[in-house]
Amino acid sequence: MAHDHYPDALLRDILRRCRTFVMVGASANWNRPSYFAMKYLRGKGYRILPVNPNAAGGEILGETVYASLADVPGPFRMVDVFRGAEAAGTVTDEVIELAAEKGIEVVWMQLGVRNDAAAARAEAAGLTVIMNRCPKIEYGRLTGELSWSGINSKIISSKRQKAI
Amino acid sequence: MTQDKDALDEALAAEGPPRDYGIETRAIHAGARPDATTGARSTPIFQTTSYVFDDVDHAASLFNLQTFGYIYSRMTNPTVAVLEERIASLEDGRAAVASASGHAAQFLAFATLLDPGDEFVSANSLYGGSLTQFGITFKRMGWTCHFVDADDPENFERAMTPKCKAIFVESLANPGGIVVDLEAVGAIARRHGVPLIVDNTMATPCLCRPFEWGADIVIHSMTKFIGGHGNSMGGMIVESGRFDWWQGGKFPTMTEPDPGYHGLTFAETFGDFGFTMKARAVALRDFGPALSPMNAYFLLQGVETLPIRMERHCANAQAVAEWLAAHPKVAWVRYAGLPSDRYHALAKKYLPKGAGAVFTFGVDGGYEAGIRVVEACELFSHLANIGDTRSLILHPASTTHRQLSDEQRAAAGAGPDVVRVSIGLETVDDIVADLDQALKQA
Repeated sequence: MAHDHYPDALLRDILRRCRTFVMVGASANWNRPSYFAMKYLRGKGYRILPVNPNAAGGEILGETVYASLADVPGPFRMVDVFRGAEAAGTVTDEVIELAAEKGIEVVWMQLGVRNDAAAARAEAAGLTVIMNRCPKIEYGRLTGELSWSGINSKIISSKRQKAI
Repeated sequence: MTQDKDALDEALAAEGPPRDYGIETRAIHAGARPDATTGARSTPIFQTTSYVFDDVDHAASLFNLQTFGYIYSRMTNPTVAVLEERIASLEDGRAAVASASGHAAQFLAFATLLDPGDEFVSANSLYGGSLTQFGITFKRMGWTCHFVDADDPENFERAMTPKCKAIFVESLANPGGIVVDLEAVGAIARRHGVPLIVDNTMATPCLCRPFEWGADIVIHSMTKFIGGHGNSMGGMIVESGRFDWWQGGKFPTMTEPDPGYHGLTFAETFGDFGFTMKARAVALRDFGPALSPMNAYFLLQGVETLPIRMERHCANAQAVAEWLAAHPKVAWVRYAGLPSDRYHALAKKYLPKGAGAVFTFGVDGGYEAGIRVVEACELFSHLANIGDTRSLILHPASTTHRQLSDEQRAAAGAGPDVVRVSIGLETVDDIVADLDQALKQA
């Protein structure tokens, strides 16, 4: 699929179904963007399993940190990649490898991260790929919470705001 | 899973490709869904200072900017937020932050960009209050403004110094009707890796599209055409989301850990809306010129009809300018909508739907004659605002531009014989008739 635009219906569907997901590159440092995203989405009822080899064995927001994706007990439907574009390619290949075993359906690369070759490999393996987006920001946009900070959601609707 | 898949396919088919809503639609709807709880269709006035926290952890998340939500109406308010998203949408920007006035918006934008010792380059054709703000009051903050004649865009290039962090212009300058070559100035800003800040107050997003010509930040005094009814002050900063704050190490306020937020880095954490977040969470928080929810409501009411009002403002202004140009007592008319005007070609490019509704003219007899015309008007109101439904008239040299030097007044198009009008939405024949009787007394 084209990766410049994602239909809201697709993003809603992913955010409704993937209530448990893995965050690769999660940080234990409270002022890092990954920590912001994890804390916010936990507050919305998501369970987020952190992967970070440098913090393995410790905890972030009460969740055990795993050294690698392979170590995370399944099933989980989504992997959110908080790494640069090159590392995101390696993580994507691990996801393709583990997809059947762990039940993974979606690879989500963070805002500013795009790796088209990795996306093509994942899509060939039957995975859905989202790139250059943040699940926290998309959740906030689709539920109207992002608009509370004056950010242009580009959503126009005469219906009451729904939950995601 | 199969059922899920069918439901998704159905939703995707129903959604279709992304729709680019027209500006009239966005002026009414952007940012304003019916209230989730009550279904109220008009945006409610959330007349509250504060918002309850669920618990201490929720409060901590809000103060750390880790979650979206309201703390205190000095930073965010639900009514104000609707207006912010509305204006961000009309400018096709990424995000916006409102302030108590246009002047406050300018101050917050520069306070977010500059440290003491920093500099910027500005056109010298500006609203008189901005010339004073930049040239005198900003100097006391340690910020130096280099003013240049915008008629030659290369003047911006010549004035740039290594300490310059921005270029500032008004797309359509008040009161002189000066149209700036935005594309040329934008190219200079890009070459120097600094944002181009465009005040789009006089043109409004209906007439001029600064982001399409290379602007990075747009400022509005919503007190003028956006509110449009002369009842509420308000300002707005809109960011395009396309400026790269990391280039050249020039913007430490954006790219280095902020001591006021325990080391949070705004450009990293908030990406393409980092400037708006910083302007709100630091400048608005610490300086405090917040827009009141009541004013936000009036401004929202006004902006719903902005596109249709601007059409009539421009049509009336064009007719009045043409009539004045043919009047025997009128020495000159400066309106970019007139084919003879020196800015007509630039107006065709940057203001294709009309040259706005504020312009100046000179009466034979100079200073004294100008004052007599202003005082003889019965329909035009003699006051200092522009962009009202009512037609307004003013003698800038004795009022809005009084604090300036003769040289500054001349550069700003506010010389001794200049009369400024802001053409309203009354019956155009009545507007003309009032000027006609006033000119007879001049």
